[in-house]
Amino acid sequence: MQSLGIDVLFKGTNFLRLLSGLWVAVRISLISVSISILVGLIVGVLMTSENRILKAVFRIYLEIVRIMPQMVLLFIVYFGTTRVFGWNLDAEIAAIFVFSFWGIAEMGDLVRGALISISKIQYESAMALGMNGKQVYYYVILPQTIRRLIPLSINLITRMIKTTSLVMMIGIVEVLKVAQQIIEANRRSSPNAAFGIFAVVFLLYFLICWPISRLSVSLEKRWS
Amino acid sequence: MDLDVMISYLPLYKDALLLTMRIGWQGAAIAVVIGLLGSAGIHFKIPIVRYMVYAYTQLFRNTPLLVQLFFIYFALPKIGILVSPEVCGTWGLGLLGGAYMTETFRSGLDSIPKIQSESAESLGMSRSQVFRYVILPQAVSSSVPGLVANIIFLLKETSVFSTISLMDLMFTAKDLIGMYAKTIECLVLLVIFYLIMLLPVSVLGDLLERRLRHAEFGD
Repeated sequence: MQSLGIDVLFKGTNFLRLLSGLWVAVRISLISVSISILVGLIVGVLMTSENRILKAVFRIYLEIVRIMPQMVLLFIVYFGTTRVFGWNLDAEIAAIFVFSFWGIAEMGDLVRGALISISKIQYESAMALGMNGKQVYYYVILPQTIRRLIPLSINLITRMIKTTSLVMMIGIVEVLKVAQQIIEANRRSSPNAAFGIFAVVFLLYFLICWPISRLSVSLEKRWS
Repeated sequence: MDLDVMISYLPLYKDALLLTMRIGWQGAAIAVVIGLLGSAGIHFKIPIVRYMVYAYTQLFRNTPLLVQLFFIYFALPKIGILVSPEVCGTWGLGLLGGAYMTETFRSGLDSIPKIQSESAESLGMSRSQVFRYVILPQAVSSSVPGLVANIIFLLKETSVFSTISLMDLMFTAKDLIGMYAKTIECLVLLVIFYLIMLLPVSVLGDLLERRLRHAEFGD
């Protein structure tokens, strides 16, 4: 039986190239997730507002993100803006923009959920103890909200990393693209390399996302 | 925007929509079946099976669908397992969804406090009666929001199928843009067709959730 491509992995700098491809995906997701968390916190607080216009705007925003596949958004931003505005957007910027657009909605919704899950009684009790509005937020509401949010935000990181695999569709050379290139380059010498290489990519993604999602689950258990 | 061009593209988009919906819903159906079996395996603590289910859900929940599809479509043939793009899409989606559905149903089953099954048993119900009349109805209603969210998630994930050369909506849009460069028209149609596919599910899901909230015990 012919080799299944593990040897190809150790030829030259192939493995390093795979890892640097993975880093491209991880880098895009880390930047997007940071933007999402920061802006999402503000958006989430705004979402609890009673203002009707604000409410309607956020509802539409959330529904767009809920229904449109990220891939479609990616295409609209990457190909659409070139056509309409004549922008020559860098693919990575387009990706960060789309994933942040998506992540801010997700994060905002999580923040909103966490804020409204704290019962009204707590605000009232704190007030009754003589705290002012600022103190109530600082000592009572925020600590609980943050505890609830940390595991959920960590979970958002893994979802972001998984979603960034889509960027190969707009021409960014990330781990899957590098894998294809390696397989293509070694087609003659080891025609079965696809098995080994794709299995390794599968495993790499798992090795990144699994610990992060375990962390999120264990924090959630500890703090609930 | 050129309306005539858009109208002339409609039949192509319609075919693509039908293909995308067929694979999406078949995948979702497989996912529900896997989810039911998997969550039962964990809930009833069936030896060995529960560890296998655990490994499966962790593996598929922590990798992107695109990577799973590439593995099934490009890697498996090298060890003699050849699948058509359509089978690959359906089962790839089914396996991904199955992992998510297992978690959803399992947490639905776990959400019922133990005291309820103990009370039911002390009233003289048998174990199967407890499951059928006490646990299951409540577990179903608390799983529905997760189920709806998973189905929408799976239907959205179909957008990566073009990478395994399935002629889905994304593929059609990209192909037409490549051939005739009517980018805006193609993108607008793409959005409209995804709305046709997903908006009804989202709206119906909301209605279903609101209705089932009445069925919850207490509160």
